[in-house]
Amino acid sequence: MTAPLLEARQVRREFGGGLFERQRLVAVSGASLRLPQDRPVVVAIAGESGSGKTTLARLLLGMVPPTSGSILYEGTDLNELDRRQRKVFRRQVQAVFQDPFGVFNPFYRVDHTLTMPVAKFFPELSRAQRLERIEEGLRAVGLRAEETLGRYPHELSGGQRQRIMVTRALLLDPKVIVADEPVSMVDASLRATILESLFRIHQERNISLVYITHDLTTAYQLSHTILIMYQGNVVEVGDVDQVIKAPKHPYTQLLVRSIPFADTKRRWGEDPSEVSTEASVTSAQATAEIAESAQTVDVKESGTSDGGCPFADRCPQMMARCHQSNPPLVLTDPDRAAACYLYDDAPPLTEQQIGELSYGGLQDA
Amino acid sequence: MSRADGRIALRVEDLRVHYHTERGPVRAVEGVSFELYAGERLGLVGESGSGKTTTAMALMRLIRAPGRIESGQVQLGDLELLSLSDEQMRQARFARISLIPQGVMNSLNPVMRVGAQITDTIQAHQEGLTREQLQERVHELLGFVELDPSTSRMYPHELSGGMKQRVGMAISVALKPQVIIADEPTSALDVVVQKRVMDTLFRVQRDLDAAVILVGHDMGLMAQCVDRLGVMYAGRLVEIGPIQQLLEQPQHPYTRLLVSSLPSLERKGVFRGIPGITPSLLDPPPGCPFHPRCPEAIDGCATRVPELLTVVAGLDGNDARHRQQAACHLHTGVDV
Repeated sequence: MTAPLLEARQVRREFGGGLFERQRLVAVSGASLRLPQDRPVVVAIAGESGSGKTTLARLLLGMVPPTSGSILYEGTDLNELDRRQRKVFRRQVQAVFQDPFGVFNPFYRVDHTLTMPVAKFFPELSRAQRLERIEEGLRAVGLRAEETLGRYPHELSGGQRQRIMVTRALLLDPKVIVADEPVSMVDASLRATILESLFRIHQERNISLVYITHDLTTAYQLSHTILIMYQGNVVEVGDVDQVIKAPKHPYTQLLVRSIPFADTKRRWGEDPSEVSTEASVTSAQATAEIAESAQTVDVKESGTSDGGCPFADRCPQMMARCHQSNPPLVLTDPDRAAACYLYDDAPPLTEQQIGELSYGGLQDA
Repeated sequence: MSRADGRIALRVEDLRVHYHTERGPVRAVEGVSFELYAGERLGLVGESGSGKTTTAMALMRLIRAPGRIESGQVQLGDLELLSLSDEQMRQARFARISLIPQGVMNSLNPVMRVGAQITDTIQAHQEGLTREQLQERVHELLGFVELDPSTSRMYPHELSGGMKQRVGMAISVALKPQVIIADEPTSALDVVVQKRVMDTLFRVQRDLDAAVILVGHDMGLMAQCVDRLGVMYAGRLVEIGPIQQLLEQPQHPYTRLLVSSLPSLERKGVFRGIPGITPSLLDPPPGCPFHPRCPEAIDGCATRVPELLTVVAGLDGNDARHRQQAACHLHTGVDV
């Protein structure tokens, strides 16, 4: 079996805890994720602010080193890549960030953003070939070269700028694009266009995507599998249909119920899987109560307590043992796992299996 | 949803707000008219630059230079807000009409206790209250937004985002206004907290028997929160009507595209964006501002600006709140 393209093995990342700081913040606590070599996949990482999803993205991009655990690129730890391999990694794993306004240098025309990486990574190409490459990249995301090249960033809309960032990533023939909230700062009418261009390049160019978001509906539309994070922990992982349409972890259930759907027949806070109205009233009630306890929790500056389940204080189904130790991920269904003691009978998973589950490859193995 | 009756709480007529730049006037709001009924929740959606926030600020008369309210009328009960003196308007703010601004959680003074910030607002409008009376009001207001009275002694940094948002809300409603304008009140909050904050806002609304204008861009939030929705595009109101009708049978092509671009759990791998880009308000296209992007454009769209007409009379044709209005040449108005 060939080594996975990109892999996170039990990565943990802590911040702070220096000489003068008492508290250490655990941003990511033992997450595993894998992108296979042989087929392109779309994996979503979802959670609220402070869940550790952006830190996990930065770990995958090699922008921050893990405190423990490892990130491997084609089987080699990022720390052990030599200069040449590192350059390959930098080219093949690309990033698209949240803010389409902050990433541009306002003094340069947008061309600069596109010509520079091409010149750096493909010095053998002629000027005309480079331009052709850029124009082709712009077409792939639905932009026309004559409408974008030669302009300054402020002359373009947020949606156009974000698509230029996708183009920039695309120009380097990446194998993976890590997109961190690429549409959260873009208008609703343009979100679909950007997601569509990401989805299209995934399909047409066989590029794997890691889609970081707080929005479960777009995660559902775009991805095959999903990791739900809460306070640094992956609490549920697996097939996106399973996780979003029939969530197992109480936190995922709360998240799914909190989505305001653009459908007046579907009341906010209702559990979509519950049919009887009586039950949905109860679940709406439960949502309100859990959210209420969220208010009290976040005043207490909830850090990850290593003692128990991070969600225990807010969980409507909390049991005594939830405070004693953090539940491991267990296989609740053939293609999904949850970290919750409610599913005690389900078989535990090895790190290897969690990695396979994260991209939907567990059943193939 | 909310307890709306047929009385009009606020009537906006032909509101125009332009920003005067070196390159000419930017027509941010261009002839917007609508009614807000007592006790109702009206949503105002649009992309950035559509004029929704400028409309909200104009209703509060908080437009600053280079912006200017060019024309229009804003009738709030017996007051016509745009013809009031500055001092009269200052008195009307908070007491009659109030704004919960975008990012209000970041507008709190970091070195002042929460209670003091609330009393500041009250004292600016009502003199001669004793310390005990003020304290009582602060506690009542904190209770209103579901915060513990002890919050009044805290500093903003001790509060979570959702709690700060509530404090901002408490300040905005301190004088019990009849009209509350909430500009993206939950856009910086996590989904789970979002619902709680909206629930609080609507409880306050019920307690005050006020009408609410909810400004935002999240159609999901609108679907769950408002009675009627107005859709803005390039400074104009292009469609307005009851929320369910508008989502199920949008009449303006822009609304249609906007609704079909929304993500749902029914469609996977299908993305329907709106092609094209929003026009520059410095040099808006002639005719209907949406015609360059409109897949259904016909003759005349490029030359004549369509009027906002009633196109669906709705369940009860006599009740203006049931009417669906759109500004589009594809429709001829119906008689109501």
